[in-house]
Amino acid sequence: MKIIVLLKRVPDSEAKILINKEGTGIREDGVKFVINTYDEYAIEEGLLMKEKVGGDSKVTVVCMGPDEATEAIRTALAMGADDAVHIADDSLSNPGPFTTATIMAKAIGDEEFDIIFCGKQAIDDDMAQVHCILAEMLDIPQVSVAIAFELSDDTTKATVSRRIEGGDEKIDTSLPVIVSCDKGLNDPRYASLPGIMKAKKKEIRKKSLADLGFSEIPGGGRSRILKWLPLPKGGECRMVEAEETPDAVRELVRLLREEAKVI
Amino acid sequence: MCIELTEEERMIQKTARDFARKDIAAVVEESNRNGVFQDDIYRKLSELGFMGMTMPEEYGGVGFGNLCLVLALEEISRVCPSTAIAVSVHNSLTNHIIFRWGSGDLKKKYLPRMTSGEAIGVYALTEPNAGSDVAAVRMSAVRDGNEYVLNGSKILISTGDKAGVIIVIACTDPEKRTRHLTAFAVEPDFPGFSIGKIEHKMGMKASTTVELVFEDCRVPASNVIGKEGRGMQIALGSLDGGRIGIAAQSLGIAQTALDEAVLFARERQQFGKRIVDFQATRWKIADMATNIEAARLLVYRAARLRDAGRACSKEVSMAKLFASRIANEAVYDALQIHGGVGYTEEFKIERFFRDARVLEIYEGTSEIQRIVISKKILEEYEQMYLA
Repeated sequence: MKIIVLLKRVPDSEAKILINKEGTGIREDGVKFVINTYDEYAIEEGLLMKEKVGGDSKVTVVCMGPDEATEAIRTALAMGADDAVHIADDSLSNPGPFTTATIMAKAIGDEEFDIIFCGKQAIDDDMAQVHCILAEMLDIPQVSVAIAFELSDDTTKATVSRRIEGGDEKIDTSLPVIVSCDKGLNDPRYASLPGIMKAKKKEIRKKSLADLGFSEIPGGGRSRILKWLPLPKGGECRMVEAEETPDAVRELVRLLREEAKVI
Repeated sequence: MCIELTEEERMIQKTARDFARKDIAAVVEESNRNGVFQDDIYRKLSELGFMGMTMPEEYGGVGFGNLCLVLALEEISRVCPSTAIAVSVHNSLTNHIIFRWGSGDLKKKYLPRMTSGEAIGVYALTEPNAGSDVAAVRMSAVRDGNEYVLNGSKILISTGDKAGVIIVIACTDPEKRTRHLTAFAVEPDFPGFSIGKIEHKMGMKASTTVELVFEDCRVPASNVIGKEGRGMQIALGSLDGGRIGIAAQSLGIAQTALDEAVLFARERQQFGKRIVDFQATRWKIADMATNIEAARLLVYRAARLRDAGRACSKEVSMAKLFASRIANEAVYDALQIHGGVGYTEEFKIERFFRDARVLEIYEGTSEIQRIVISKKILEEYEQMYLA
């Protein structure tokens, strides 16, 4: 079983995010970067499937990101992934989902695979689009927001559960398939110290856009980020207080009508 | 000397941090309130490789250095300082002593069991009349054929009741000066070994502290570490590693004191404003943070020197002396910032305040560290004048 896990390096959820002066991205100085939280579920699920099927099963990490993303990749290798493809190119900064998917589709097309696991979304830009576009480009089925993944005994099919309003939805799918993973799917393992030691010797194949056969950034015209803006400051909070609740409600309605002019 | 961490060191630090914040944090309150040593936590730490961090692969270790051990101990101590005790003693004393001075057979016999975490390593030196004064050890070990017979007791032994292997320093020949002591590897099921008094401590409650009693305890002669008469050399030669461990533990405690102080001060309001906005609070925060940064540089440098195989007793003692002192200042100031509630069990700082006190006592008191430092400094001056 050949498994691919898509990985993105994102700012730590505890990091304080500030927009740079030019409005073209975030200020990266002093910000700690980690593996996207949902991608950790994807890595774990890949490793679980590899352990379940055994034989010559293999987990390959595919990551697009700057040179510094090697630390995130190396962490995935320390968790137990076998090798990695790192797409890094100086010309790529804040590529949109279509561009990312186009490049990744090319890189993945060069690999063998039965299942692709990825996070349901990246916790930085929250687009949740790359895996959908990838499925289309690779012409394979996709199941998103998985909370359970069950491989059939003959390893040709899978049943995936996704949490929806009021219950779970179970979907049977053929392989190959791309599955985006949600919290609850599994409990990601730590990168053990022997794992960290072994990861040093594992191969990270670095590829530039030219290596993948692109002469320019693909899909650049589809969408473009015009400007990054900081969150607007929240307004003052005013408490409406009164002895009796109906009086407070009357006062609130008056304020909404006369001062805020929203009703 | 570069203090910037490598990618590999940051990964080890992250695993330790994530494990401490998730798995240890889940049981930390209960284990410290009820004085429970968490076997399950040590089993998991072993599975992740933390019990054989600095041992080579051939003995089941992962071959990382002292700085990696420091990073792990610091992260564990940020959540539960008592959990760090067994990890520190096991790695920096027991594993290290058997690896450095033990015979090939002894290494093969014990190290794989210790690096896998099956056997927790314990170090037994202190006696009612010996501790800082190593030479005063009086527990007797008398040769009898292929065995030694041990008699006496060791007190204040960390994790003694959970031991898989205990390194015992005993007196084999009271007549020989400096060659009178011998180190033994003792297993708890050797006949004549038992656990004596269990101490009720001020802090570090998730780590047990006990008396070990030896009554005609028979130890195979092949379990002598090094040679007969090498005990003093082994005890003194392993001090540095143990001290770096406690210095790392001090960093973790100091960092949590600062973290908790800032969190609390940002929330707490008095006289119509947050107490973090009072200059009295700000100055405490600035001093704590500066001290922690300075201590961290000392500790990391000492660990790097040791990893480079350089003589570093002075630097290690400076790191231990300074880090343990500023940790106690940090918990004091952090509790002061908390005010009355900081004195209750509701807030973490109460536990860290109690845990911190022993940092200036075990693995060489602050007074002993000053003796080591001043002795080295004076030697350096004498050499300067001779040159």
